[in-house]
Amino acid sequence: MENPNSSPNRRVSRRTALKLGLAGLVGVAVGGAVGAGSASAIARLGRAGRTRFRFFTDSEAALLVEICEQIIPRDDTPGAAQTGAIHYIDRKLCSVFKQQQQAYRRGLESFRQTCLREHGVAFESLSTSAKIDALRAIEAGRAPKELWDDPSPQAFFGMVLAHTMQSFYGSPRHGGNRDYASYRMLGIDYPPVVGRNRPRKG
Amino acid sequence: MAHKHVNAIVVGAGAGGGIVAKELSEAGLSVVLFERGGWVSFEEYGQDELQNQRTTVLGNAYGPDERHPRVHEESPGQWRTVPPNHWGYGNNAACVGSGTVSYGAMAWRFHENDFRMRTTYGAPEGSTLEDWPISYADLEPFYEKAEWEIGVAGDMSGNPFTAPRRRDYPMPPFAHNREGRMLEAAAKRLGFHPFPIPMLRNSVPYGGRGACVHNRACCGYACPNDAKNGTQNTVIPRALATGNCELRTHTIVNEVMIDDRGRARGVKYFSTDDDRAHEQTADLVVIAGGAIESARLLLNSKSRLFPDGAGNRHDWVGRNLQDHAYSGAHALFDADIYDDVGPGATIAISDFNHGNPGLRSGAVLCNEFIKPPYGFTGLRPPGSARWGKEHKDFQRRFYKRTGGVHGPVQEMPVFNTRVQLDPVVKDHWGIPVIRLSGERHPADFEVGRFIASKAELWLKEAGAVKTWQALPGRIQRSGQHQSGTCRMGNDPTTSVTDRHGRVHDFDNLYVADGGLHVTNGGFNPVLTIMALGYWVSHGIKAQWKGRVA
Repeated sequence: MENPNSSPNRRVSRRTALKLGLAGLVGVAVGGAVGAGSASAIARLGRAGRTRFRFFTDSEAALLVEICEQIIPRDDTPGAAQTGAIHYIDRKLCSVFKQQQQAYRRGLESFRQTCLREHGVAFESLSTSAKIDALRAIEAGRAPKELWDDPSPQAFFGMVLAHTMQSFYGSPRHGGNRDYASYRMLGIDYPPVVGRNRPRKG
Repeated sequence: MAHKHVNAIVVGAGAGGGIVAKELSEAGLSVVLFERGGWVSFEEYGQDELQNQRTTVLGNAYGPDERHPRVHEESPGQWRTVPPNHWGYGNNAACVGSGTVSYGAMAWRFHENDFRMRTTYGAPEGSTLEDWPISYADLEPFYEKAEWEIGVAGDMSGNPFTAPRRRDYPMPPFAHNREGRMLEAAAKRLGFHPFPIPMLRNSVPYGGRGACVHNRACCGYACPNDAKNGTQNTVIPRALATGNCELRTHTIVNEVMIDDRGRARGVKYFSTDDDRAHEQTADLVVIAGGAIESARLLLNSKSRLFPDGAGNRHDWVGRNLQDHAYSGAHALFDADIYDDVGPGATIAISDFNHGNPGLRSGAVLCNEFIKPPYGFTGLRPPGSARWGKEHKDFQRRFYKRTGGVHGPVQEMPVFNTRVQLDPVVKDHWGIPVIRLSGERHPADFEVGRFIASKAELWLKEAGAVKTWQALPGRIQRSGQHQSGTCRMGNDPTTSVTDRHGRVHDFDNLYVADGGLHVTNGGFNPVLTIMALGYWVSHGIKAQWKGRVA
C-alpha cells in the first residue's frame, strides 16, 4: 500500500485539521505537509504505537472526516466531525464492520483520485459548495468508471452516509454522538434515563 | 453424551414453547426445554439504538449470533449467505422468552373470519389460501388463558368488529399518548371506531411485577422494570418452579431422532458453549423454534421411513411462509405531536380488517412505536435530501412533528414463498441452514394500497399537512411475524400437522408456534401463537392421560 504521508491528500489545511478536534492528528496532518523529514518522524511514532486510529491511516481519516462533515455539517449545533464520526467508523471497522474494511480503503482511494482528476486538487481543499457537489456526483454514481470498481461510487457513499448517521445519533458509547449532541439538537432527554424520558424545557 | 430419559422435550423457549413447557410440567410431565440463547436483561444493551432487535446495524441484542447464518435469494437464482442482522435473514430472536422479551407486545385476538379465509373470500389464483381446521370458538378459551396468565391490558368495548369474548382483560387499558388523542378525535369524526391497543404490558401492577414506566425504548428492547410480559417472566419461571422442567440454554437441537416404527425417540443437540454433541430421549417432542427454525428441524430430521424429513412426505414443510405486508402512511404536522411517552403505539381501528370492497384481506391500523433518532433519519417524504444541511433542518423541525399509521396486512399464502434446507451452507456446528426465497402475492399490494389510503385519510383528518404512503416490498423475508411453514390441516396431503399441532404420520411429535398458522390474520400474531401453545398442550395432555407421569 502507498505510504499515506506521501499521497497528495496530505495537503490538509490547518483549519480542516483543527476541525478534527484531535491534537495528535493536527500534528500529523500539518507535519505531512512540510516535508519528508517530518513524515518519517511521524512514521516512527506510528511504529511506537502512537497512531490515532485502529484502521485508518491519518490521511484516510482526514479525508473521511471531511466527507462525514458534509453529511452532517456543523451550524449552530455540532456536526459529524466534532462529535466523533471518525472514531465510530474506525472502531466498528475493527469489530462488527470488519468486512467493510476494504470497501473503505478502496472507496476512499477512488474518491481521492476522482477529486484530483475532476478538480485538480484534494477534496479537503475544495470550497464547501464544491465539496457538496462532488459528493452529490458520487451519490448519483457520476464518477470516472475506471477509478471505481468495488465499491461503486453509490455503494461507497451509501455506506459512509449510513455510518455517519449511526455515529451521530447512536449511543456515545460507540465513539460518536459526543456529549449527546444529537439528542440536545432534537430537544429530547439525554442521556436517556429509564422511565424519565420527558422533553426538556427550553 | 446421553441424558436421563424424560417425558417431554420442548425445543425453543419463546411464545409457544414457554407455554407448552409450563403446561406439561404443571401436569406432572418431566420436561426439558431447549433454547439456543440464554437469559438476557435490559442492562446488557440498555437503550442502545444501534443494537437491539428492531435496529440491528451493530447486531442483534438478543440473538442469534453470527454462528447461525442463513441464505436468502437476493434475485432469482442468486443466493447469498447472510448474518442474523441482515434484512434477508428473517430473524426473530434467540434467548429465553425469544421475541416476547423485546416485542412491542400488542396482544391481538384474530377475528372469526381470520380462521375461515377461504370460505369467506375464495382462494385467488397463485395462493394456497385455506381455512384453519379450528375455529375462533375453539381457540377462544385459550386466548383468554394467555391474556390472564401472561397479562394483557386493554378494553375492547369501543371496537364493534372484535370477536366475542367471555371475559374481560385482567388489566385496564393504557391511556393514549398525544398523537393517540389527536387520532382518536379524528377517527370519530370520520366514523371509525378507535380503541386502545391491547398490550402484553402492565398498566397496573400484575403478576408480581410493577406497572409500565413508559420508557421510550420498548419495542425492540427488554423492559428495564420488567413490566412487559413475555414467557421469560411468566410461564417459564412457573414451569421451573414445578421442579419438573429443566431449561437447557445455549443448546442447538439439530435432529429429531425417529425410530423404525415412525416414532420420535428424542433429539440430538449441541451445546453451543463447548460444541459437544448430546442426545436426549423423551416420550414426546414438541418443536417450537419459530416458523423458520421449526421447519428447518423437521427437514433436518431424516429417517428411514421419512427420508425427506419429518412431516414432509407431501412436501409441505417450509412452504407458505407468511409475515405481514405492512402498509400505511407517514405524516408531517405543523405543531408538535410527540410527547415522548413510550412506547408510543396506543390507538387502533379495526374497521378495515374485513369487508373491504373487492379485496380479500385487510389489516388493523395503529399509530407507531416511537421512532428513535437514528431510525428517524430514514423517514422522509419521497424526494427529500438524505444528508447535509437539509437533513439537519428536517431532523430539528420534524422530529416531534411526524406521525404515522400502519397496518399488518394479512398476506395471501404462496406455495413457493418458502424455506428449504440449503444444499451447501452449514452453521458453526455443521447443521444445514435454511434458505429463504419467494415473493408476496399480487393481491397483497392491492390491499396494501387500500390500507395506506385509509391511513392517509385518517392522518389528514388529524391535521397532517403532508402525508405519504409506505407500501410493502415485493420480496417477503418474514421476521418477528414469521408463520405458516408447518400448516395445520385435516388433509395430511396438504398440511403438516393435524388440528392439534401433531405432525401427520406421528403420534408423539408436535409443533407449537407460528408455523401452525394457516393464515396470519391482519394482526401482530403473538397472542395467537400463545393461544396455540395452550391449545397444543391441551391436546397433548388429553392424549397423555392415563399414562405414567
